[in-house]
Amino acid sequence: MPKLTIDGMEVTVEPGTSIIQAAEQLGIEIPRFCYHDKLSVPANCRMCLVEVEKSPKPVASCAMPCGEDMKVHTQSPLAKKARKGVIEMLLINHPLDCPICDQGGECDLQDQTVAFGFDRSRYREAKRAVKDKELGPLVKTVMTRCIHCTRCVRFGEEIAGVEEMGVLNRGEHLEIGTYVSQMVTSEMSGNLVDICPVGALTSKPYAFTARPWELRKVESVDVLDAVGSNIRIDVRGGEVLRILPRLHEDVNEEWISDKTRFAVDGLRSQRLDTPYARVDGQLQPVEWGEAFAAIAEAVDKTDGKKIGAVVGDLADCESIVALKDLMTALGSKNIECRQDGAEFDVSEPAGYLFNTTISGIEQADAILLVGTNPRHEAALINARIRKTWLANRIKIGVIGPHVGLNYPVKYLGAGAETLEELASGKGAFADVLKNAKNPMIILGAGALRRADGMAIHALARKVAEKYKMVRDDWNGFNLLHTAASRVGALMLGFTGGNLEGILAANVLYLLGADEIPVEKISKDTFVIYQGHHGDKAAARADVILPGSAYTEKNATYVNNEGRVQQAKQAVFPPGDAREDWKILRALSEVVGHKLPYDDIAAVRARLASVNPAFGAIDTVKPAAWKEFGKEGKCDKAQFVLPVANFYMTDPISRASKTMAECTEAFANSGQKTKTGTHG
Amino acid sequence: MSGSAHKANFVQPKEFKFSKENLKKIDEIVAKYPKGRQQSAVMPLLDLAQRQNDNWIPEAAMEEIARILDMPRIKVFEVATFYTMYNLEPRGKHHLQFCTTTPCWLRGSSEVVGACEKHLGIKLGETTPDGMFTMTDVECLGACVNAPVLQRNGDEFYEDLNTENIVEILDNLKAGKMPEHGSQTGRIHAMGEAGPTTLLDMAKKNNITAGGDAPKDGGKDGGKAKSKGKKK
Ligand code: SF4
Ligand code: FES
Ligand code: FES
Repeated sequence: MPKLTIDGMEVTVEPGTSIIQAAEQLGIEIPRFCYHDKLSVPANCRMCLVEVEKSPKPVASCAMPCGEDMKVHTQSPLAKKARKGVIEMLLINHPLDCPICDQGGECDLQDQTVAFGFDRSRYREAKRAVKDKELGPLVKTVMTRCIHCTRCVRFGEEIAGVEEMGVLNRGEHLEIGTYVSQMVTSEMSGNLVDICPVGALTSKPYAFTARPWELRKVESVDVLDAVGSNIRIDVRGGEVLRILPRLHEDVNEEWISDKTRFAVDGLRSQRLDTPYARVDGQLQPVEWGEAFAAIAEAVDKTDGKKIGAVVGDLADCESIVALKDLMTALGSKNIECRQDGAEFDVSEPAGYLFNTTISGIEQADAILLVGTNPRHEAALINARIRKTWLANRIKIGVIGPHVGLNYPVKYLGAGAETLEELASGKGAFADVLKNAKNPMIILGAGALRRADGMAIHALARKVAEKYKMVRDDWNGFNLLHTAASRVGALMLGFTGGNLEGILAANVLYLLGADEIPVEKISKDTFVIYQGHHGDKAAARADVILPGSAYTEKNATYVNNEGRVQQAKQAVFPPGDAREDWKILRALSEVVGHKLPYDDIAAVRARLASVNPAFGAIDTVKPAAWKEFGKEGKCDKAQFVLPVANFYMTDPISRASKTMAECTEAFANSGQKTKTGTHG
Repeated sequence: MSGSAHKANFVQPKEFKFSKENLKKIDEIVAKYPKGRQQSAVMPLLDLAQRQNDNWIPEAAMEEIARILDMPRIKVFEVATFYTMYNLEPRGKHHLQFCTTTPCWLRGSSEVVGACEKHLGIKLGETTPDGMFTMTDVECLGACVNAPVLQRNGDEFYEDLNTENIVEILDNLKAGKMPEHGSQTGRIHAMGEAGPTTLLDMAKKNNITAGGDAPKDGGKDGGKAKSKGKKK
């Protein structure tokens, strides 16, 4: 463990730590452009130069490993002069168009020029100009501003797994480009915007919208898939302007998917901002009281057993528990959260969680993907798989349709037969799994959306047990959900099975359930829709109660791993819309079964009493391994993927113009055929 | 030489296939590198493609190379755009690369280029309408001793050029003949212009006999200049 001093402070670091990292441990920030702690180190910008005693020249601290007894100076005249020189060189061809640049105010080049550069320019000659590149509907380019740090190229290669960007030409003519101007086809491309230290790559939908100092920043979590990515919501006035990633090493590291980032404009359109009720067969805006009265009337004349409730993909745990309590009070057990009709055993958490945990993937040495395209169902989990593959070249097998994944895989078969084969120890991948130390299986929700779901669930468990995927220190069995609400709802027991039966109830309560087969709701059913978007189900409703989107409420969500996280309210819901649990609480009083909680703390206490796991925020407790699933005959049919179009999976992204453009550009144009989109 | 944007007025062929002989050569080249490192062969393969395709590398060829070497297309593109000797746009049958760096320029490269431009009716960077000649200027070709210098298709060097012999070369090429490369003034290699010189000549000139002490700086500046050696 080398011990060194930086600016007179002593520090002992792991061997191989670079000076820049050691300085970080001491809280000394060394300026940098090309260095990024999640990417490889090219050391090409030279901004991080420091003085190291006995070294004849300034040293690039990002690439120099710490040595015993090194004496590093980050503030010496030599270091300062070196940085000044680097900045001056970088600015030679930089347009200095900060007033019209979207990066202004959060630009590394701007900040570091102010902090470390000269206060004036000595450069009088002509500057070069570089043609902009077309990277698709999400990333805007102003390539003249590029300082050639190559972060974007490395991000593409190392994280996104799309080797489409590169460094073209040389010297004065050097530029970042793609192969003959093609679009960057990745569901992670928005991260290029964060990673570019200057204004060369900026967000296209957000262009010229706001300056960073006008924004209020709220730390929250994402709900557009079941990963639970940590996000920062940037707000001005009452409007969510953009979503950025927030570091969480165990979940999303510092990336988010394009849907998480760019579906924000969907929060502004097609919103339900006032209650509606059917008057003479037509949905009309009404007062809350009238809407509640209509519901009370319908509920009053209905036997509790004839009332059903379904929660949708974006519902928060507070409203789920409130709805469950209300349904129980009304005497109904007809509740279900698996609105996609998936069939699997919900009795054991180990059977429906992502047990390996997201960061645990990095320990795996063989992965079996069953009926899933993680790239579209959980882009960040896919990024972890790729990261693991990149580091250890692990073996990955796929059972299900051919999809374009950004790591090499072996196709084993299309349906349950192949899984059966594996369970009996046969098949090409059996040896790989047998010899692996930490094998894992990822079972997609798509594989369970069929009548024999229970049997497949049991079969997957058998495979996991057969190949010793479950030990005291390792659990390689994983179910991959696509809905942010799912695990939370299962943990709260919001499930009774028989979705079709529920849809035929006399009174049906839909808590943001838009992905149900609406056409299966019987004609005479009285439908209550509570949610934030006028999507499919709202059109069928008899009463609409306007709820809040995830940016508008303090709410609890549980991700795939069983990690309980809290979203924070960033703005108020539009118009008359209210927080969802409050709506249920108010309604409960009108229908004569007042729920016993008056504030969010009380609701959360109720959550924790239903399932103690809700008491521990942001932790993952391993679930005990028990028997689950029901063995039976499996159908020969191919597995069908749950996500047809990555860009449109929920009411928010379906209302987003940006997501529509992406669908047009990537999913439909055939550009993305190699990623296996069937949309 | 510019990389990214090929919107120029020429058509990219849809397809490119290496010839049989070249495929054989590719096997040989790839075999030189350890397994899994076949991407190292990208440069010789680009060169093969350029030679096979009349002096330029179409996009289809880069795609083909990427396929053969199992590497991302952008990586082939990066290499192809980095080196100026890979042509990504059509060139004439004879690609004349004139050195215009200082030594050649001192020795009259501007005049040579001028004579060529006049004779062909094109400017540097242009191609004759019949597709026979392309003129480009390049930096030092490393043959300054025989400046001014011109390189044809990346292979032959024509040296000791002047406004007359350049025209001769052009006429020969036009007529389908391959002019002799090397010095155009009959100089042997880099021998002094005034004929061969050796230190023996110097010695004679300076009246030094074998075994006697040589002038301290004798011969330093070659036989061409007047000797400044100490007279005995
Ligand atoms: S575009 Fe941005 S990230 Fe990419 S090399 Fe240029 S400055 Fe770096
Ligand atoms: S940060 Fe060290 S060289 Fe760029
Ligand atoms: S300067 Fe022309 S060959 Fe060197």
